Amino acid sequence: MRNHPSYRAFLVHRLSGIALALFLPAHLIVLGLALETAMLDGFLDWAAQPAVKAAETILVILLALHLFGGLRLLAIELLPWSDRQKDWIGWAAAAALAVGAGFVVRSFA
Amino acid sequence: MKRLELWLYIAQRASALVLAPLVLLHLGVILYAVAGGLSASEILGRTRSTWMWPAAYGLFVVAAAVHAAIGLRVVLREWTSWRDRSLDLATLGIGLVLLLLGLRAVQAIA
Repeated sequence: MRNHPSYRAFLVHRLSGIALALFLPAHLIVLGLALETAMLDGFLDWAAQPAVKAAETILVILLALHLFGGLRLLAIELLPWSDRQKDWIGWAAAAALAVGAGFVVRSFA
Repeated sequence: MKRLELWLYIAQRASALVLAPLVLLHLGVILYAVAGGLSASEILGRTRSTWMWPAAYGLFVVAAAVHAAIGLRVVLREWTSWRDRSLDLATLGIGLVLLLLGLRAVQAIA
C-alpha cells in the first residue's frame, strides 16, 4: 500500500502541510516588520542570498504541492467520480514543479 | 462521528475552499514580485495601493489560521497518542496565535 501513488500523495500533502504550518509563524512575524520599513528592508537584503532563495524555492514548491494536492482531494470528495482521477496526482505534481521552476526563472529575471 | 469532529471536518474543507483561490493569487504575486528583487517600498506600494489587498490578506490569514490549526490537530491525533481535551485546547491556542500574528502582519502592510 505504501508504494501506491495515492499513499505517496497523502504523505506529500501531510508533510508539506506540516512544513507550511511551521513556516507560517515566521512568515507572519517578518511581515509584521513592515511597521518598521528599514527592518523589513534589512530582512529582504538578507533573504536575497542564494541559500535563502533556495529555501524559498522549496517553500514555494511545498505551497504549490499542498494547493494542487488539496484541490485534488476536494475534487475527489466533492465532485462525482471520474476515471481521470488517477491522473490528477501527476498533474498536481507537474503543476507544483512548474510553479517552482517559474519562481527560479523569475528570481533571476 | 462526534459533533466536534464533524464541525472541524467542515471547517477544514470550508477553509480549504477559501484558501485555494487566495493561494493561487499569492503564488501569482510571488512570481510577479520576485523579479528584480524585493524591497519594502515595492511591497508596501502594492499592498497600500487599494483596500482590496489588506482585505484579501485579512481573509487569507483567518482561513490559514483555521486550516493550519485543524490540520496539525489531525496529524497529531493520527501520528501520536495525544487525543484528549488538552489537544483541543492546544489547537485553539495555535489557531489564535496564528490569527493574531496574521492580523498584525495585515495591519503592518495595510
